[in-house]
Amino acid sequence: MDLGLIISSAVKIIGFVFLMLMPMIAYIIWVERRFLAIIQDRIGPNRVGIPWTNVGLFGLGQPIADGLKSFLKEDFTPGHVNKFYYVIAPALVMVPALLTCAVLPFGRDLVLPFLDEPIRLVIADLDIGPIWIFAIASLGVYGIVLAGWASNSKYPFLGGVRATSQMISYEISLGLSIIPVLLLFQHLNLNDIVRYQSEHGWLLLPMWGDGWSVQRWLYLIPAGVAFIIFVVSMFAETNRTPFDLPECETELVAGYHTEYGSMKFAMFFMGEYAAMIIGSGLAVTLFLGGWSLPFGLDALVLGVFSDTWFSWVPALLSTGIFFLKIVCFMLFFIWVRGTLPRFRYDQLMKLGWIIFFEAALANIFIAAGILMFA
Amino acid sequence: MATVTVQRPKLSLAEKLFLPGVLKGLAITLGHALRMLRGQKKVTMQYPEERWDANLPEHYRGAPALVTDEHGRERCVSCQLCEFICPPRAITIVPEEIPGDDQWAKVEKQPKAFEIDMIRCIYCGMCEEVCPEQAIFLRKDYAITGTLP
Amino acid sequence: MPAPETATAEAAEEEKPAVEMVDVQIDGAWHQVPKGTRMIEAVRMARGDGSTVPHYCYHPKLTSPGNCRMCLVQMGMPPRPAPGAQAAAPDADGHLPISWMPRPVIACANTVAPNMGIRTDGELVEEVRQGVMEFLLINHPLDCPICDQAGECSLQEFSVEYGKGSSRFREAKVKKPKNVDVGPRIRLDDERCIMCSRCIRFSREIADEDVLGFVDRGSRTVLATYPGKELAHNYSLNTVDLCPVGALTSNDFRFRQRVWFLKETESVCTGCGRGCNIQVEAREGEVLRLTPRENNDVNSSWMCDHGRMTYHELHVADRLTDHMIKEGGRHQVARRGEAVRYAAALLKVFKPGEVAIVASGRMTNEELYLTRKLAAVLEAKLVDIIPREAEADDYLFAADQNPNTQGARLLLCGRSKPGNKLAKIRKGIAAGEIKAVLSLGEELTDERVGLAAEDLAGLSFLLHLGTVMGVTAEAAQVLFAGSFPMEKRGSMINVTGRLQRLGGGGIAPGACADDWEVLRDLIAELGGGNGIYLLEELFSEMAREVSKLKGLSLGKIGSQGMHLIDSKECVPLLRKEAERRASGLIP
Repeated sequence: MDLGLIISSAVKIIGFVFLMLMPMIAYIIWVERRFLAIIQDRIGPNRVGIPWTNVGLFGLGQPIADGLKSFLKEDFTPGHVNKFYYVIAPALVMVPALLTCAVLPFGRDLVLPFLDEPIRLVIADLDIGPIWIFAIASLGVYGIVLAGWASNSKYPFLGGVRATSQMISYEISLGLSIIPVLLLFQHLNLNDIVRYQSEHGWLLLPMWGDGWSVQRWLYLIPAGVAFIIFVVSMFAETNRTPFDLPECETELVAGYHTEYGSMKFAMFFMGEYAAMIIGSGLAVTLFLGGWSLPFGLDALVLGVFSDTWFSWVPALLSTGIFFLKIVCFMLFFIWVRGTLPRFRYDQLMKLGWIIFFEAALANIFIAAGILMFA
Repeated sequence: MATVTVQRPKLSLAEKLFLPGVLKGLAITLGHALRMLRGQKKVTMQYPEERWDANLPEHYRGAPALVTDEHGRERCVSCQLCEFICPPRAITIVPEEIPGDDQWAKVEKQPKAFEIDMIRCIYCGMCEEVCPEQAIFLRKDYAITGTLP
Repeated sequence: MPAPETATAEAAEEEKPAVEMVDVQIDGAWHQVPKGTRMIEAVRMARGDGSTVPHYCYHPKLTSPGNCRMCLVQMGMPPRPAPGAQAAAPDADGHLPISWMPRPVIACANTVAPNMGIRTDGELVEEVRQGVMEFLLINHPLDCPICDQAGECSLQEFSVEYGKGSSRFREAKVKKPKNVDVGPRIRLDDERCIMCSRCIRFSREIADEDVLGFVDRGSRTVLATYPGKELAHNYSLNTVDLCPVGALTSNDFRFRQRVWFLKETESVCTGCGRGCNIQVEAREGEVLRLTPRENNDVNSSWMCDHGRMTYHELHVADRLTDHMIKEGGRHQVARRGEAVRYAAALLKVFKPGEVAIVASGRMTNEELYLTRKLAAVLEAKLVDIIPREAEADDYLFAADQNPNTQGARLLLCGRSKPGNKLAKIRKGIAAGEIKAVLSLGEELTDERVGLAAEDLAGLSFLLHLGTVMGVTAEAAQVLFAGSFPMEKRGSMINVTGRLQRLGGGGIAPGACADDWEVLRDLIAELGGGNGIYLLEELFSEMAREVSKLKGLSLGKIGSQGMHLIDSKECVPLLRKEAERRASGLIP
């Protein structure tokens, strides 16, 4: 293994995970609180700014204060829990969530004038992107089950049981829903998928390049169905309202993390938000062109900056676009949370097994048919 | 126990699909969010800076307090109706007889102890409403928390 | 002296000719009621829910002067045919048509007649009730907020139903004496009095002390005591219960608590052996008053003032609130289990016959039964209770001052007369033959036991289960804090041999235990078996072991008790009541 790869990987990991993803988790929580507040005609956290001054900065200091609070709180472990599993459970939620981001391409290839080869803006350029994500993300359920079980208390137990069956059920429709996408792209490398979309139109916006074809427009039908199933299953996978039954406070206090406090609780919290961000990232990558600009503007930008000292600009721009798309998607998550009430558990199961599972299956055949005959 | 069979409403196809309802809901919440963003709606008061003092509404209910009459006598005769009506049972009264040599002996009864547990009080104003002697009123002050001296 | 109560009742049932029933139409429906019943009682029978026509002065145990006019109802009889005319024909059921009288009659003093009609509602009746209420309220002060009767006041209740929202009376109200001491235990407020005369009649007819009466005329009539006399007899507080308004109030309960806060528990008075049925009225476990409960086989509707005051025993200053073990000459607070184990370990060393038990006639049957079992486990031969005697009166107060002497005879003492073995115990202690004494709810320095503090100090072991600190408690190695009868459930047998239930009502302070639980634990620790967790189970076990109680359970006793043993006692008050009834003074 050459040194360059190790250094670039380390830089990418630190840059993407710790400088972009983690602050994003913190600030998405703040955004969620503010956005939910304005949906409900409130104001939200707007006071924590610069300490010892009256400068509020719209409450931008809130995530820092929250993080500090979580760190400084007593790390209390109840006496009745199964200590080992109780302690590793939050890590088992957090780690898979962060691992999945390894295959997410967060920008176009970075061309640096002083390097021969462009750097791919993805931590691990695997050819099995989506499969890696599903494989690792499904491990997250262990954290939740263990938290529920190791807490040795009734509400967490119920929350854990609910979370398990919910996540297992929706993984099926989640996996099936993206098969039409993969059928079209004939790739499992997410970076290639994005590049294809950049040149031939996004899956849901085929309006440039090869996108102006009957096949692609017909393909909007299975793609749209897949998108809906994917997004709704995403909600269920990440235990978000309206499917937050594992932690629904009206029934289960706080579900599987009832017995957790301080930073251990914060780990669950962050893991959940990380999963949401990764999920949004995957949705953006597969359906909405990942880091690419719409209408073939990519080629234009590339043309302007190529072979100049500013050849790194398109990559940076695309990273910004990628995160912008993720933020929009997250805002949608929050918007839904502020709108919909929680479903009943039987409705959730019915939706997953009777509607989505069948719809996703049928969708594959429709997509295949279109690819064969159109 | 009697079993009551609830007739579930028949749902139309659109209602069964949920999607139109979901979209309608999203529109409503977005409307609220936009109205807030444009600053057309202001509900929250920024408390320490903005205060209610100037326009405290007439119906405001603060901490309950016993009052005296024009002779300076505490009006309460300890009928214990407020103790009875108090939903969180915050009021405890110990009645006693007014001694015969007191100038108000003809009133006969007075509270020996009248205790309102302010941790329990929910400021509902039932005590004020029920009092036959108009002896208890809810004050208008709202900043009633304090620190230990 | 007549035979015991139920015996007479049974005999009477055999001899009495069948009561003649008459058909009466009450509020439109025909009912069969015994001939001679007062209309007010006929209505009560017809309604079947215990309610009857609104009334103030009427009381079923007193004569009916008919002076409150509240019970006015409309009455009708079959029309008398004019001379020569044909009488109206009866309908299919044999009832004649009723022609209603244009003016109302009082229901309390008129008796029913065949084919009579009674209307307790309708325009006329409602109107006269409203009229009566308006008159009664003319001079009545509006001081319900300070009036102790509020909440159980007939005038309040009927004001809600028949009163006007405002007064039409523009003149000055009549001023009358307030806060008058009419007796040592009773305060009178003449302004509140509505002249029902119940208190006067009670004093005259039942307590045989005619000390109360009305003086002055018209709206200035006031209730007063006979000059130089006061309402001081031992049944005076019944007048407070009888008073439909707040005119007579008890000094003891005055301004203590509003009645709507009181939780009423059905129980039995333990002031003497009579076992008057009472309600223990308590707020949050604090007993505030005792009131009589109707039981026509024991106390009719009354109880004595002495019995009413017995609840003050709960307020003794030096109440025991913790179980204690004496270590190094000082009492140390211990948990019940600890104290039981400690006591059992010490008791095991004594040989049969070295242990004596002094139990109490104030214990419940269940406790006495456990005491017997404890005695059997310890092989104690000398087990007795302390008898208490006082002079009986001619009403309810019994000579036997222990509420459960009959129970002790049945369950503990066997053939020996209660108190007979006390002398033997005393001698045994003096001779050193008895080395350990269990004092269950009694003070051993009591003159009837005759032990001195030195005798107690000389014992190797002394256990005391009691409620109040005293010489015995001070000397005891193991001290159990028990409960007063008003704080425990159980059963007792009164002097007439009636098995009755105690319902508790009060809540014992601190760590005080139910006495029977302490005894059960002691027996279990000494190896006498266990398996009893509820008082009901204990009673059932007792019913299996004691032939007299065969087939009974605590539930089967019922709220009115049941006759169990034939004793030679009778209730003078009930005898007098029967005489009054026989002479037609009361229905």
